[in-house]
Amino acid sequence: MKLHSTKRFIALACAFAFVAVGCTSEKQDKAQQSQKVVINPNPYPSTYKAIDGGPTLITNVTILDGVGNKIEGGSIYFVDGKVQAVVNSGQSLNTAENTTVIDGEGKWVTPGIIDNHSHLGVYPSPSTRSHSDGNEMTNPVTAQVWAEHSVWPQDPGFGRALAGGVTALQILPGSANLFGGRSVVLKNVPNRTMQDMKFPGAPYGIKMACGENPKRVYGQKGGPMTRMGNVAGYRQAWSDAQDYMRKWERYEKEYEAGKDPKAPKRDLKLETLAGVLAGEIRVHMHCYRADEMTVMMDLMQEFDYHIGTFHHAVESYKIADKLKENNVCSAMWADWYGFKMEAYDGIRENIPAVHSSGACAIVHSDSDLGIQRLNQEAAKAWSDGRRAGIDISIEDAWQWLSANPAKSLGIFEKTGSLEVGKQADIVLWTANPFSTYAKAEEVYIDGGLAYSLNDTSTWPVSDFELGQVGEGDRK
Amino acid sequence: MKRIGIVILSLMFSTAVLSENIAIVGGKVHTLSDQGTLASATVLVSGGEIQRVVDGIEKPPGYTVIDATGKVVTPGLIGAMTSLGLVEVSSSSGVVDASVEHSPVTNTGAALDVSFAVNPDSSLMGITRLEGMTSAATSILRSDYMFNGMGAVITLGGNSPIIKPRAFMSVDVGSGGAEAAGGSRAALWVTLEAILAEAERAGDVQGPEKAWYGINTRHDVASLKQVLSGDIPLLMRADRVADIRQVLAFKQRHPSVKVVLVHGVEAWREANALSKANIPVIIDPEYNLPGGFDQMGATLANAARLHAAGVKVAIGMDTHNIRLAAQHAGNAVANGLPHEAGIASLTSVPAEILGVENTLGVLKTGAVADIVVWSGDPLEVTEAAEVVISNGKVMQMESRQTKLRDRYLLLQQTGAEKPSQYYRELN
Repeated sequence: MKLHSTKRFIALACAFAFVAVGCTSEKQDKAQQSQKVVINPNPYPSTYKAIDGGPTLITNVTILDGVGNKIEGGSIYFVDGKVQAVVNSGQSLNTAENTTVIDGEGKWVTPGIIDNHSHLGVYPSPSTRSHSDGNEMTNPVTAQVWAEHSVWPQDPGFGRALAGGVTALQILPGSANLFGGRSVVLKNVPNRTMQDMKFPGAPYGIKMACGENPKRVYGQKGGPMTRMGNVAGYRQAWSDAQDYMRKWERYEKEYEAGKDPKAPKRDLKLETLAGVLAGEIRVHMHCYRADEMTVMMDLMQEFDYHIGTFHHAVESYKIADKLKENNVCSAMWADWYGFKMEAYDGIRENIPAVHSSGACAIVHSDSDLGIQRLNQEAAKAWSDGRRAGIDISIEDAWQWLSANPAKSLGIFEKTGSLEVGKQADIVLWTANPFSTYAKAEEVYIDGGLAYSLNDTSTWPVSDFELGQVGEGDRK
Repeated sequence: MKRIGIVILSLMFSTAVLSENIAIVGGKVHTLSDQGTLASATVLVSGGEIQRVVDGIEKPPGYTVIDATGKVVTPGLIGAMTSLGLVEVSSSSGVVDASVEHSPVTNTGAALDVSFAVNPDSSLMGITRLEGMTSAATSILRSDYMFNGMGAVITLGGNSPIIKPRAFMSVDVGSGGAEAAGGSRAALWVTLEAILAEAERAGDVQGPEKAWYGINTRHDVASLKQVLSGDIPLLMRADRVADIRQVLAFKQRHPSVKVVLVHGVEAWREANALSKANIPVIIDPEYNLPGGFDQMGATLANAARLHAAGVKVAIGMDTHNIRLAAQHAGNAVANGLPHEAGIASLTSVPAEILGVENTLGVLKTGAVADIVVWSGDPLEVTEAAEVVISNGKVMQMESRQTKLRDRYLLLQQTGAEKPSQYYRELN
């Protein structure tokens, strides 16, 4: 991504990230200057630690590598949390002495599923009002809130999603607001704290929303009450963010020139928006209608930022060409439709239609039940596409579940495919995962066994469920 | 006049291809009758009814033959619990006939009757039928009253949707019901019993010439009498096992009432008692999260455990996506429900619950010719309905959604060479 002057905003601030909010030592020499104000971009750092896993080899298995290849009778070897080798049948492999070997005959291996649209933890089970922490419905622009400050790691939904082969997920704020706040990406290893689950090095995202929801929520509370009101709201917010960036740039420039400028007052809302304009924070925009998505793509040109992904995108099939042209992903359901007007034109071939036009397609859940069988959602879309003459191979279609969501989240360098050197986020399925009857048999995250179908002692049980009737659906 | 006649005729042909006699030949047929499942059979249809199911191949002269070799044939699926025909778009989009706030005709909700409210032109009818569902129970989902009124059985093919009006009564005896009864089950059950006792003791339906001081209105009483006599089943919604035990106790107090348990997240914990009391269930087998303190025992094994104890299990609770009931049943099978029971959960069991077991959900002589030919196992997500026959007519496999699809596939293929609204057909 090219960085012109305005895009250096966070980059400058990040250069000194190792120093807690404060100043750099190098500037302390200049007596006439106050300490430089530097913003810590990572004040709630990840404390994630992978589950220990020894060297593991799965042999004689059908492998979908997640980037378009299918290997029959192949083997995959992972060690120290990383994919070490993926080979065809007959190719030999050097493995460590203490390697656990699993015969994968009749089974399938895929990259772990990544759901880029989840509200687990912020709208957890039980869905009581006390737990409803996903939508800061107090103002149409709440870019200052961070979903990670709402995540309740004891949501039993994490464990259930794990049983469905989900190894990483993005937790988003809800869609009531034009700007709903920052998202957080988690490794799906349920633990004591949000930080224990936080995906190391994943960039932040911001949730934005088009259409009906902001209208409905704010129509009688000062607006926006129309779609044109929505767009005016985004534009004013971006304009304010530009102004904020200029203030910080001026501060930086004057400080570098040896002056002693007064740092601008931090505005958490504008700080996040400026982070988007600087290209550091990815845009995840809830948007259903084709015409509205197209307005949003003009808006992103107007303010020189990039929308990474439209979420729900029920009408993406109408504008797949434009989505491709603008390099915007669509995160979609297989078949949800009709629950509101902007979802009225949903079709079952949306996902394959987007894919076949060369645009980026993602299967997302937005549901604590749907997240447990995203493989089936992809299977439905895949087969519906085939019946409509859109012939996509299973190995290509798996991109919807792992590689494309990883790209959408900015973690594809680390995970989302079974390429050598990547994090060993791997699912062994009992059968072709595009079958209703297939189940995730073993789920590895960073090479550690996070879930094993036939050994309930490996199933995570949240504090909330401990000592209760079901204990994590184990009884 | 003449021109209008032509338009009407062409409209009829656009939704259904008329065919008197049809032979569906060579498929694996799930009859759901005493004939069981036949590996290669023929289903003969005439006059909108099933003539007979023949083990083996038969092609009588004068029959339109549908080759089902290598395919699977089932009765048309029945949506066990829906609001089809009552809802087009649920949120912020005009009339939704599936919820009732206030009505002068009722005090307890029992008098409400959805058979007046079903819209056969709802786009959901075609969208749902296309996927192999040919009939459904449709009901009010929310009201300010104790009962959600009387639901109906509808067909999804044709302009006269009502197959059976006033087919069942619904009541929530879980947290939702308690909420409506003043916030506590302590009020809910006493109220329910008082309402029923009053209906039982009231004489014939009262006219305006006599004074009436009941908790129910006169119209509520008339409806409740049908429940008390067992003419129509009472669908009782409950999740936690304590509430389900109350349902069991209710059944003991009112043996003539045909009780059906709906939702039943913890039903597996009283599976044997439900079986003994002959109480069938309508459930969503995918529901496995403790969404509240009434659902702490939620498990994917619910359907399988209920079936193993001998409880009849119907699957399918939704409206827009009731078409996914087959996927839900497939997931129940993936978690231990026998496959045949999975098929039955979508056909014969809901038919029996709704009292239409001789005409719907079964392939046998005299039953309504609602038949589906599937590309393969109907419970498999990658298989689909290929031929849908409703009331003996082969339905066109198109819906508003397929038309949107075809318009935009063509537009994308041709590089949007003309304005989108001028695209109509794929050819």
